[in-house]
Amino acid sequence: MGFDSLIGGTIWDEYSNKVTELMNNPKNMGEITEEQAEAMGAKLIVADFGAESCGDAVRLYWAVDPKTDVILESKFKSFGCGTAIASSDTMAELCKGKTVDEAVKITNIDVEKAMRDEPDTPAVPPQKMHCSVMAYDVIKKAAAQYKGVDMESFEEDIIVCECARVSLSTLREVIRLNDLTTVEQITDYTKAGAFCKSCIKPGGHEEKDIYLVDLLEEYEKEKMAAAATIGNESGGAGSFKEMTIVQKIKAVDKVIDENIRQMLIMDGGDMEILDIKENGEHIDIYIRYLGACSGCASSSTGTLFAIENILKEKLDPNIRVLPI
Amino acid sequence: MRVYLDNNATTIVDPHVFEEMEPYFVQKYGNPNSLHSFASETHPALKTAMEKIYAGIHAPKEDSVVITSCATESNNWVLKSIYFEQILTGKKNHIVVSEVEHPSVIATAKWIESMGAKVTYLPINHEGLIEAEKLREVITDKTALVSIMWANNETGAIFPVYEIGEICAEFGVPFHTDAVQAIGKVPVDVQALNVDYLTFSAHKFHGPKGVGALYIKKGRELTPCFHGGSQMGGYRSGTLNVPGIVGMGKAMEAAVDALDFEMTEVRELRDMLEDALLEIPDTFVVTPRNKRTPNTILISFRGIEGESMLWDLNRAGIAASTGSACASEDLEANSVMEAIGAAEDLAHTAVRFSLSRYTTEEEIEYTIEVVKKAVERLRGISSSYAYAPEGHESGLDAHH
Repeated sequence: MGFDSLIGGTIWDEYSNKVTELMNNPKNMGEITEEQAEAMGAKLIVADFGAESCGDAVRLYWAVDPKTDVILESKFKSFGCGTAIASSDTMAELCKGKTVDEAVKITNIDVEKAMRDEPDTPAVPPQKMHCSVMAYDVIKKAAAQYKGVDMESFEEDIIVCECARVSLSTLREVIRLNDLTTVEQITDYTKAGAFCKSCIKPGGHEEKDIYLVDLLEEYEKEKMAAAATIGNESGGAGSFKEMTIVQKIKAVDKVIDENIRQMLIMDGGDMEILDIKENGEHIDIYIRYLGACSGCASSSTGTLFAIENILKEKLDPNIRVLPI
Repeated sequence: MRVYLDNNATTIVDPHVFEEMEPYFVQKYGNPNSLHSFASETHPALKTAMEKIYAGIHAPKEDSVVITSCATESNNWVLKSIYFEQILTGKKNHIVVSEVEHPSVIATAKWIESMGAKVTYLPINHEGLIEAEKLREVITDKTALVSIMWANNETGAIFPVYEIGEICAEFGVPFHTDAVQAIGKVPVDVQALNVDYLTFSAHKFHGPKGVGALYIKKGRELTPCFHGGSQMGGYRSGTLNVPGIVGMGKAMEAAVDALDFEMTEVRELRDMLEDALLEIPDTFVVTPRNKRTPNTILISFRGIEGESMLWDLNRAGIAASTGSACASEDLEANSVMEAIGAAEDLAHTAVRFSLSRYTTEEEIEYTIEVVKKAVERLRGISSSYAYAPEGHESGLDAHH
């Protein structure tokens, strides 16, 4: 919500002048025939990507020098909207003079940046970002054809959000490191999902193998499984000792939450866990009292015993609680 | 030259309509519900306007034509009130809509579905038409409402509302029709068919934006959606939109007067455009002409994505439209084209031209010229018509 979302704009107003110009007069639109390629002493590569039924399709023609792998000429034909045509044109332009290996490194983001008027103003509105992805995919297809390999061999990682080129491994890592729970948070951290939105959930422009909502669900399940493990193990003696430090802190926190914290808060205080260390037979839990508790007399007597007893009972009999 | 052929989206306000509205902004701006002369001086015009609106759809005085802000409000009101009265209370659990209703019906039906009720989305056939008899197969004794539009906004297809009304009456199910695309294009007489609720909106027939209506048959009154100061008999509170109502009254009168012109002259121009466009190879129109509103063409140009066609048209000053959706975040293709089951590769190629009584022959001639040039240029760019060396197996036919 907010001002920008209320009236909406015409997507065409958000196109850069370059996009508009290329849509009106695409420079590299055209074909390379077998005869033309032959005359250049080049190998003709014709690669197709997309389909009319999906709304976007492109055919890329390369004339490649077989001795140097240099792309001597690059042309395209495209079925799609204005940005699809402008992206295809820019992509064809960027390929020229590069070796096939260099061309494969061109991404949809390079294509989009090349169409900008100002370095910091996107060339197309977010929902059109996807159109440049096709331009990137067709290069890989052409290169695969030239080299006689599989297209997938150029992709080092699974890309979940193609528009922002965010990989599966990056997303998994960022979600866990920052404990993300919503798509908006993922977008804030990684830009994934900010553009065509296909990668957020099924039903968008393009079908995906994995969506952002799946990744959130996966992490949610993982957290629940971890919580369940802690819950189960806390009954058996010795198991607390074998937990990792993070699991230990979580387990202690859970017991405190369920049994102690409410009581402390009612008295205007709280506590936090600072560290857990093994000390011979003992497991020492270092805590700090907060708010009213920090000056309270019973914090080193009654309250402390209550905390220690409940942790002993629920987690491990060798626990000692040490306030700092 | 600028040519406006997007009249199913909105229309120019008839200058006579504007003229009638004008005094109700700066001179006679009173709130009709107040007790002073500023209020009472608005009453004669409101009364006249309401009479024109009633006459326009031949509504008897005992029925209600409640003024709303737009067709979306009217459609939401019917569906949601039926939900609150019939479904939430457990009396019924089912509604029927067509699969090509306006989003204000489809999205509301989806919401009702999300609340636990059943919704049947009646399919259209290969001509883009609804088969009324299909309704018999889906109505149950738990059906609370049938909501099927009079004419489709994308194709102009006229749905069999007379037959649908009869079937609904037979089963005792209330029938709502969204007649937004029907007013001024086909005769609309609420007494000629069995209809309980009928939606329309002024800006689709040369009236102002921000004013619509819901016709409600006596005995089918709905729980109000807007509670408040008891305007519109308590069924739709909110200060009366005096200039809007005055404008809609005048626009309705003009639309009814121009109906013959629409069905002859406008249709002739439409047919002229359609004939010329169909001469271009690889172009397709789905719904037969005599089953369409007289002003609408939905046409596919193979190999040209709809938005690209709009781009070239717009550069030449021509306004048309496409429901296809490179532009949108969640629409895969023109939903009507998909529902029709048109060849998959045509789903993104549909362009809609919708005329009005203000469209001129000169404009149509210019449009034909521009479209032909655009087709030539865009097919020149299109991969659909692109060269491939011998033995090249096209990778563009299948889904990626």
